[in-house]
Amino acid sequence: MNSDVIIIGGGLMGSSIALQLAMRGCQCIVIDKASPGRHSSGVSAGGLRLLNRDPAEIPLSVEASKMWRDITSLVDSDCDARFPGQIRVAENKADMEKLEQRAALVRSLGYEHEEIIGKQELYQLVPALAPHCIGALINRTDGYARPYHALTAFRRKAESLGVKYYPSTEVYNVEKEAEIWSLKTSQGIFSSPILVNCAGAWANKFATSLGEAVPLEQKALMLMVTERLPHFVDPVMGAASRKLSFKQMQNGSLIIGGALVAKLDFAKEKTDIDWAQLAKSADTVISFFPQLKQVRIVRAWAGIEGFMPDNIPVLGQSQTHQNAYHAFGFSAHGFQLSPVIGKIMSQLILDGQAELPIEPFNINRFN
Amino acid sequence: MKNHYQLLIIGGGPAGLAAATIAAKDGISCAVLDEQPTLGGQIYRAIESIPEQRAKKLGSEYRRGKNIAEAFRLSDAEYYPNTKVWSLNNQREVGILQNDKASILSADQVIVASGAMERPVPFPGWTLPGVMQAGAGQILYKSAGIVPDNGVVLAGSGPLLLLLAWQYLHAGVEVKALLDVTPLSNHIGALPKFPRALLAHHYLTKGIGYQIALKRAGIPMLFGVSDLRADGDGVCQSVGFKHSGKQKTIESELLLTHFGVIPHIWLTQSAGCKHQWDDSQQCWRPEHDEWGNTDISGILVAGDGAGINGARSAEHAGRLAGLEALFALGVINQSERDNRGVKERKWVRGERHIRPFLEKYYQIPKKLLATDIDETIICRCEEIAAGEIRQAVRDGHDNTNQVKFFTRCGMGPCQGRQCSNAVAHLVADESGKSVKEMGHFRGRPPVAPLTLEQLATLKQEVAE
Repeated sequence: MNSDVIIIGGGLMGSSIALQLAMRGCQCIVIDKASPGRHSSGVSAGGLRLLNRDPAEIPLSVEASKMWRDITSLVDSDCDARFPGQIRVAENKADMEKLEQRAALVRSLGYEHEEIIGKQELYQLVPALAPHCIGALINRTDGYARPYHALTAFRRKAESLGVKYYPSTEVYNVEKEAEIWSLKTSQGIFSSPILVNCAGAWANKFATSLGEAVPLEQKALMLMVTERLPHFVDPVMGAASRKLSFKQMQNGSLIIGGALVAKLDFAKEKTDIDWAQLAKSADTVISFFPQLKQVRIVRAWAGIEGFMPDNIPVLGQSQTHQNAYHAFGFSAHGFQLSPVIGKIMSQLILDGQAELPIEPFNINRFN
Repeated sequence: MKNHYQLLIIGGGPAGLAAATIAAKDGISCAVLDEQPTLGGQIYRAIESIPEQRAKKLGSEYRRGKNIAEAFRLSDAEYYPNTKVWSLNNQREVGILQNDKASILSADQVIVASGAMERPVPFPGWTLPGVMQAGAGQILYKSAGIVPDNGVVLAGSGPLLLLLAWQYLHAGVEVKALLDVTPLSNHIGALPKFPRALLAHHYLTKGIGYQIALKRAGIPMLFGVSDLRADGDGVCQSVGFKHSGKQKTIESELLLTHFGVIPHIWLTQSAGCKHQWDDSQQCWRPEHDEWGNTDISGILVAGDGAGINGARSAEHAGRLAGLEALFALGVINQSERDNRGVKERKWVRGERHIRPFLEKYYQIPKKLLATDIDETIICRCEEIAAGEIRQAVRDGHDNTNQVKFFTRCGMGPCQGRQCSNAVAHLVADESGKSVKEMGHFRGRPPVAPLTLEQLATLKQEVAE
C-alpha cells in the first residue's frame, strides 16, 4: 500500500492530521493496531478546556477553542459540543491567592480568557455548590463534547476526502530506504515518503525505532459516571487544591474524573480500577455537592494514555530523520487541542512551518 | 467478617451452598456472600422460612432445596445475606456492600455462583408498567405469597413459563392464556435430540404433567405465537399477537413474559475471564473446565452462571468447584479430589442429557431476538430504540461496543444487563455477521450500582 503520508494511530490526533492533509489534497493512510480511538480518544472525558493550560499550550489552545466553536464547518457534525464554561473553585484564602496568581500569569502573557470571579457570581453560576467556597477562576468559553462522536466525525470526514483507514493493523517494523518509509505490519507492507507518529501511549515504540526514545509513561486514568439526574449544574467543575473534576453531560449523567490513576498492565492492555482512589474522589464530590450523596455510580473505567514528564506533548519534526513527524504525549488533555493539532501538523508537513509556536514541544527537549 | 478468606463464594443458590458445604468441612475459612436476604438463590428462594402449604404448592423440585440448606447450615461456612458484590478483579479482590458500607475483601480462591437471569427480549410495549418478567412473578409468590388478582397472560418460551402457569393454577390465579412463541419448526428440529433426552425422562414427564394439568383446567395454550406486543395508555391494557395467521388481542393488565434464562456473567466479565458464545443456549458464558476453573487462576464458576444446566446440575457443579478449591489450597491432593468428584461429575454429565433437546425445543426465534420493528425500545435506561441501533450499524459502527459508545445503549443504571444481548443480536443481524463476531459489551464495574456516599465509605475503610 502506497500513499503520500502514513499516520500511525487512528485516534483523534491521527484523524485530525489526516483530515487536514486530505483537505489540502494529500493522500493519507491511517494505520491502527486496534479499532481507531479504542483508548484515550474514545474513552476520554471530552473536556474542552482552555482554563489552566501550560503557558506553552495557550496559543494552540486558544486557536483550538475558536475551531471547536465552529467545528461543524470542519467535520460536518457539532460533535455534541457545549460551551457552558469551566471553573476552578477556591475553598479558602490560600486557594484564592493561587488562582489570582494564575490569572495574573495568563494576563502577563497577553491573554484575557482566565477571569477571577467572586463569591456572589460563583453562586449565581453554580447555585448547587456547597456554601463554603469563596470564589473561582473561570473561562467562560470552555465546555465539553462527546469523545466518540468527535472521533467518528473526524474520521468520517477524513474518509470522505479519501483517507484510508486500516484498523487491526499492527506495525512490526519501521524502515527507511531511499527516502521511502516502509512499514511491515500484520496486514502487509505499507510505504510512503512521510511518516507521522500519533500512536499515543504506544508512541515511544516508534520514537525509539527512529532513534529518539522519549521518557513517555503509560498511565490509565479513571473516570466514573453516574445515573442520569435532572439538570443542576452548567459549567465544568474543578477545584484549586483538590482533585475534583466533573461535569453534567447532555443526557444528565455526571462524569467524574480528577486524574486518578488505575492499576495498569500495559503489555496486556488491562486496567484495574483502584476503588480506594475513586472513593476519595466520591468523597470530594460530595463535599462540594452534598445533595449528590444518593446518586448511583453506574460505571467506572480507565483509558490508557501516554504522559510526558513535563505534561506537554511532543509535536513536530523528528530530530533524527527528515520526513518523520511526531504528535503524541498529550498527557490526558489533548482532546481540546485535536483540531488545531491537525492544522499545525499539516502546515509543518506541507509548508515546512506551522503558524503557531511549537518549539516548546520539540522532541529534543529530553536530550 | 474477615478481610481475607481462603475461599469466598459469591451466591447463595444451590451451586454456592453446595460448594461451601463441601469445602468448609475440611476446615478452611470460607464465606458465602449472598445478595438476597435469605439463602436458596432464585430457585429455592425463602426455602427456610416458607410456610409448608405454599412450599407444597410450589412443587417437589422446590422443596428439594430444604436438604441443601440444612446441610449448609451444619457446615462451618460463614453466611452473609444482604451482601451485594459490586466488583471482582483478577487479583480476587471482591468489593462488597453491606448496610450501605463498602469494603473490599480478598480471597485465595473465589467461586462465582452467580446463577442465571431471565433473558431480556424486547418487543413492542415491553417497557409498559404491567409487563414483567415471569421471574418477578415467582419472586413475589415465593417470598411474600403475592399473586396477581386480576388474572395474567403468560407469554414466551421455556420450562419456567409452564411451571409458573402450573404454580399459579394451584394458587387460584386466573391464567387468561399461555402464549408460546417458539415456532413449530423448533419441535421438529428438536426431534433428533429427543432420544438422549429420554435419559432424563423425569424432566419430560414433569413437563408433560404440567401441560396436561393446564389443559384439564381449561387454560388456553397457544403454540407458535408471533408478533407479540403489549398495548395500553401508559400501562398495559391488552396483549396482541398473531396465531394461526390471525391477529388476536386479549385484555389484560398483567403480562408476564419468559424467554428462558441466561448466565449472569457480569462478575466473571468484570474480572476479565474469557467468555464464549454458546450457540445452542443463545448466550455468552465463561469458559471453564469440568471443575469450574476459568482462565484466571483462583476464579472458578459453578451453576447456571457457568452455563445453563439447571438447579440439580448446579448442586453437583458446586461440589466439584468446592473440591477443586480445596485442591488448589493444598488441603486435599489430586487423587482425593478425583475420587470424591467421580459421582458428582457423573451427575453433571447426566444432567446434560435433557439440555440439547430443551435448548432446541425452546430456541428463541431470530425475529424476536433481533426485532425488525424500529420503534421497539431496546435500552430502557437510555431510551434507545432498535432503529437507532440499526442506523448506527449502517453508519459504520460495526461492533457491539462501538454501537454502545455511539448510541449510549447499555450505559444506564442496569449497566447493559437488559439490552446487552438484544444489541448484540441487532448489530449482528444488521451487519449480516454472527453474534459471536460482534462481541459482548465490555464489562465496566461496579457490577451493581452503588451511590457516591456508599463508595465514599470505602475511603475510611482504606485509611483505617
